[in-house]
Amino acid sequence: MNTMNMRDEPLVYELSRPGRIGCTLPRSDVPEYALPEGLVRTDLDLPELDELTVVRHFTRLSQKNFSIDTEFYPLGSCTMKYNPKANEAAAAHSGWKNLHPLVEPEHAQGALELLWRLQEALQKIGGFAAASLQPAAGAHGEFSGVLMIHAALKDRGELGRKKMLIPDSAHGTNPASCTMAGFVTQTIPSGPDGNIDIAALRAALDDTVAGIMITNPNTLGLFETNIEEICRLVHEAGGYVYGDGANMNALTGVFKPGSSGIDVMHFNLHKTFSTPHGGGGPGAGMIAANEALAPYLPGPVAVKRGESYRLEMPAKSIGQVKAFYGNFGVLVRAYTYLLMTGGNGLRRVAENAVLNANYLKALVEGVYPVPYKRHCMHEFVAKGTIVPGVHTLDIAKRLIDYGFHPPTIYFPLIVQEALMIEPTETESKETLDQYADAMLKIAKEAAEQPELLHDAPHNAPVARLDEVMAARCPILCYRG
Amino acid sequence: MPFIPNTDAERTEMLNTIGVESVEELFSDIPAHLRIQKLDLPDGVSEMEALAALDALAERNAQTTKMDWFVGAGAYNSYIPSLVPALASRGEFLTAYTPYQPEVSQGTLQAIFEYQSMAAKLLGMPVVNASHYDGATALAEAVLMAWKAKEGRNRILLPADLHPEYAKVIATYLTSFDIELARYDGDPERASLDERTAAVVVAYPGFSGEVYPVEKAAARAHAAGALCIVQADPVMCAIFKSPGEQGADIVTAEGQSLGNPLNFGGPYLGMLGTTEALLRRMPGRIAGETKDKEGRRGFVLTLSTREQHIRREKAVSNICSNQGLSMLQTCIYLAALGKQGLRHVAKQSYDKAHYAAELIGRIPGFRVATKQFFREFLVQTPKPAADIARALAKKGIVPGLPVSRYFPDKPNELLVCVTEMNSRPQIERLAIALKEASK
Repeated sequence: MNTMNMRDEPLVYELSRPGRIGCTLPRSDVPEYALPEGLVRTDLDLPELDELTVVRHFTRLSQKNFSIDTEFYPLGSCTMKYNPKANEAAAAHSGWKNLHPLVEPEHAQGALELLWRLQEALQKIGGFAAASLQPAAGAHGEFSGVLMIHAALKDRGELGRKKMLIPDSAHGTNPASCTMAGFVTQTIPSGPDGNIDIAALRAALDDTVAGIMITNPNTLGLFETNIEEICRLVHEAGGYVYGDGANMNALTGVFKPGSSGIDVMHFNLHKTFSTPHGGGGPGAGMIAANEALAPYLPGPVAVKRGESYRLEMPAKSIGQVKAFYGNFGVLVRAYTYLLMTGGNGLRRVAENAVLNANYLKALVEGVYPVPYKRHCMHEFVAKGTIVPGVHTLDIAKRLIDYGFHPPTIYFPLIVQEALMIEPTETESKETLDQYADAMLKIAKEAAEQPELLHDAPHNAPVARLDEVMAARCPILCYRG
Repeated sequence: MPFIPNTDAERTEMLNTIGVESVEELFSDIPAHLRIQKLDLPDGVSEMEALAALDALAERNAQTTKMDWFVGAGAYNSYIPSLVPALASRGEFLTAYTPYQPEVSQGTLQAIFEYQSMAAKLLGMPVVNASHYDGATALAEAVLMAWKAKEGRNRILLPADLHPEYAKVIATYLTSFDIELARYDGDPERASLDERTAAVVVAYPGFSGEVYPVEKAAARAHAAGALCIVQADPVMCAIFKSPGEQGADIVTAEGQSLGNPLNFGGPYLGMLGTTEALLRRMPGRIAGETKDKEGRRGFVLTLSTREQHIRREKAVSNICSNQGLSMLQTCIYLAALGKQGLRHVAKQSYDKAHYAAELIGRIPGFRVATKQFFREFLVQTPKPAADIARALAKKGIVPGLPVSRYFPDKPNELLVCVTEMNSRPQIERLAIALKEASK
């Protein structure tokens, strides 16, 4: 059982008392100057708290969270692996934290070398010709990648190609990124083996096709066995292949996506490369491409000239997708992890991620139906259809009572009552055994005492929350 | 490797349970000719060796703490109280995912709600979302949001005096759409609006530091049927009238200087707020208050029918992971500084910048070109600003950003930024050094 902080915690505004302050500045040593007339702000409704109150408040809030540091967190497609503390120690150096982005390049050689080395390593891992570290997240990498396809089509004089193919198992960010780049999406169904239906793909390929976005392994946790054929067919039709690297943790050191014909791809450094997810970011969505699309990468990118490093825009770059050079602090963490893991370690990462997922699948699939009878990669999808009247949501919430974070639920959309489970390589066999035991006990409870599931969680700071009310009458800030 | 607990004995046991001979068998779906055994990368090293390599790289960078630092231009040298990183780096915040399971994410969700509350007050807007990647992408998304809200209008007015990187990011975001980006000079009140204009963007302040009031520009935009977007300095908003109070429809800001380190340009914090009327067109995550079945207050992610995981190609944006931890740092920073503290930061920056401008303005050959500013101003220099900066760097002074870095046709302009971190002796040394360098 977990030991979460169950006390109600007031809002910062409710803790506020007039006259308190949590941080003081040195006394000003310059004269005062008058503010411009007509532009003076008279009120500022921020709370007033002393330092200890702020410390207790946020410490107590933190205790209301599940996290990797405290619980097993098998969220499918999120790769909630351990985030090494050395990453944080490395990133805390004053030489990174207090480095201004507009310092002259000769005064940022350490930072530029890190960017260059990370680009080099990631493009090798992916089997690509070049990489850019500008995108701030996976979806930002997708947006950059589809814009690169747009730019390449423009150079070919083929902007009439507006159709982007998206498998029905894809993350929602894929179609949303296409819309932001002006493409129109067409869904490609999965076949009975969980892979892209090749006949449906062939039927969709015409001279309006811009490309396809593929996640491999897909969100069912299955490798797209026909990846080479898919790439060949799309290329023959004049389109490009975008690789969504959300699930790269299954493949590091085992398979280079670039070698199968993928033209451009992002990696989520906050998944595969162990940087913390921070309760919703910051991430880093490195994007890499083959020779044909590399000139279109977003920039600036780091380049090495002789013994020194500088920033340059790729020749036909789509431009900048954010200010400055990416989520640099996240990149420092990913590079630290890469040094510690190395080429040999990355293969062991993939081997153990896949081993752990298949082991956990073997432990639960007798009770929770797994729709595709194949070895999974780093994750698997099971169905919560164990007892009539009990839903995946109930199972997920009951797992909380056993001290486990629920898996990803109701995704991918093509599996009814989906439970998408990704244990990662950093979990021990005993943790997987305990989790499987909990899943099996819950299945028993579902048959014998279903109310235990319907009313779950029982051991969390709050019970199930009314999400309908939240959306219908939105309260989005403190109204004191 | 310390991050993989499985021992060889356990691996064998697990393979037996699965019913396969080897791990390689689990990879049998990958065509054999595409499988590799090893990457062409060095083997992994110990934590001790990795940290030594990282420290050696970090030591080669200039640090604002070791110099007299006067460069801003979108990234500000500000004080971060010790409690901010101490609290934000707690593992329970740091290693949690996006709060999809609200019952075990109340810490993150309440922090988002508190950030939204404080940021909304600061910017003067009814609602603020949970974050964007940075100020530039927040502004680009705001432009797209305004364009979609004003169907049939495809012209966006941008100030000529906009951070050049922001202008580039907006151009990238609009690549595939038929949107005309027109630039206007000077006071936004005089920007030429027409029936094709979807929105006018006001920089508050501009890249040069110049501050124009928003109120009349917003009123004129509304009269012409357009929206008013304001890109604001959030610290300035502690002592200057907020954009919301002056009629802005969408406000974006770079929140880095509210508790986030410089970090060579990221991670930073994109802030975006809007009106009730535009709420359902706003991109990004939003936390909302609700109750559990026992009537206790709790928080959830809400209005998600705007978002990609529900709406897919019809979503208002593709944003998913955002800048959660940067937002948390800002939330803690705002709670700690509070009403008085943030005003002190803003007023000290203002006073110190104006003191610096006064001293620099008195040096023969130098002229302060910005008329009304907060903490950053443009100086016309008698010699190329880059040469001056190079000479002063040898004395440990970084006097400002030579504008030629972005605009080679403006060699004799220096953008000087003064924050609460600069002391009077530093400012006086700067003035003396500038005078010497101009000889």
